[in-house]
Amino acid sequence: MQLKRVVVTGIGALTPIGNNLQEYWNGLLNGVSGADFITQFDASKFKTRFACELKNFDPLNFLDRKEARKIDRFTQTAIISSDMAVIDAGINKDNVNVDRVGVVFASGIGGLITFQEEVVNFAKGDGTPRFNPFFIPKMILDIAAGHISMRHGFRGPNFAVVSACASSTNAIMDAFNLIRLGKADIILTGGAESVISEAGVGGFNAMKALSERNDDPKSASRPYDKDRDGFVMGEGSGTLVVEELEHALKRGAKIYCEIAGCGATADAHHITAPHPEGLGAKNVMLVAFEDAGMKPEDIDYVNTHGTSTPLGDIAEVKAITDVFGEHAFKVNISSTKSMTGHCLGAAGVIEAIACIQAVVHDIVPPTINHFTDDPELDARLNFTFEKAQQRTVRAALSNTFGFGGHNACVIVKKFEA
Amino acid sequence: MSDIATRVKKIIVDKLGVEEAEVTNEASFTNDLGADSLDTVELIMEFEKEFNISIPDEQAETITTVGQAVAYLEEHAKV
Repeated sequence: MQLKRVVVTGIGALTPIGNNLQEYWNGLLNGVSGADFITQFDASKFKTRFACELKNFDPLNFLDRKEARKIDRFTQTAIISSDMAVIDAGINKDNVNVDRVGVVFASGIGGLITFQEEVVNFAKGDGTPRFNPFFIPKMILDIAAGHISMRHGFRGPNFAVVSACASSTNAIMDAFNLIRLGKADIILTGGAESVISEAGVGGFNAMKALSERNDDPKSASRPYDKDRDGFVMGEGSGTLVVEELEHALKRGAKIYCEIAGCGATADAHHITAPHPEGLGAKNVMLVAFEDAGMKPEDIDYVNTHGTSTPLGDIAEVKAITDVFGEHAFKVNISSTKSMTGHCLGAAGVIEAIACIQAVVHDIVPPTINHFTDDPELDARLNFTFEKAQQRTVRAALSNTFGFGGHNACVIVKKFEA
Repeated sequence: MSDIATRVKKIIVDKLGVEEAEVTNEASFTNDLGADSLDTVELIMEFEKEFNISIPDEQAETITTVGQAVAYLEEHAKV
């Protein structure tokens, strides 16, 4: 059977450096840091007191109060970014076959804030169970996909995807596969995450995963800098409208790019530490190239997982060097997490959007916060430090890796009829 | 309007996102005020919290209108 071609025809973004696609892209090109002191709870006793929160975000600007109250913050952001993507793509229940429009939507953790609130409330009582009837439907991770379908009436395939910080790349991959197999015409895919709470920050702090640079939050996310000390937690959501090519052409849709291929592998090594030689990361890029029928030489930009952790950054760069060979010194590499922070389950789609925009506009967003070269990294590699670089971007690759040893990779390329 | 009625109506306006004028004594939570089954469970919980009582499930099921809620609470509320 002939696989169908898959294109991206709509984008929605709600990120710590911009509350829509245009603001997000401007933030990336201008090297804006989304980090600042935490406002969502009193973090004064926490090892890390900053994060990349959404700015000037009021869910009531998008959702009515009754609706907003019954859904966790991660679902609020999921609904908002998917609304933007639907509008951008120009689709609605009257101009598509709703039975062939699906939603495959990720989160790394789901409604942790809701879980925390309910359990804290119970613990404060006398043991009488007084759980809110919306506790479970607010918390469960798949509910974002459910709400998006209810909002738009899309009745095609509908589920959530979870692989920790690789979740939304896996979601894009599942959406891509459903469409190229002919199971749907359009899928809204992406991910959302919002766990900047006591449990979220405290939990990651306990693992020593977060930067503790409280004296200078804006420079804390510094992938590939010698003095990086952990990731900066971000939050937000991104949605892609992915569509079967002929369907998109027939309705005269605006086409951002083509999804060329995807890959998924496991490290089978450790719950949180990457394989020291970047084995799973290397394999996932090889699988994605095979899937896309492309070679490393076809790629001009690699958006890395690059979380600003001491071990993770090194392992991934080793993998890139192994897979790309000499071409590793010709591609632009950058970690946009230096600006957005690490949006966990939403990171994959938020970074895929950076890749798509790079392919559309022929500009590579930078890795900001570079102060000191890391002697463990080959100086010939171009990490696009500090300033965006203009170059033709024929195709871009985005890596994401999750706790559990999950690796996922997506390659996007310029659309050519 | 009694103090209890005022407080009951405030909770309903808040939880169901309806206008105060809609919250008449005759108004049914599900038929008139747009509540679903989970909303009504949440309303009962809020009444329990506000009035510091416990409403048994079999009695909670008989409270389907604003007036019934006010009458029940006027009889049973401890504060």
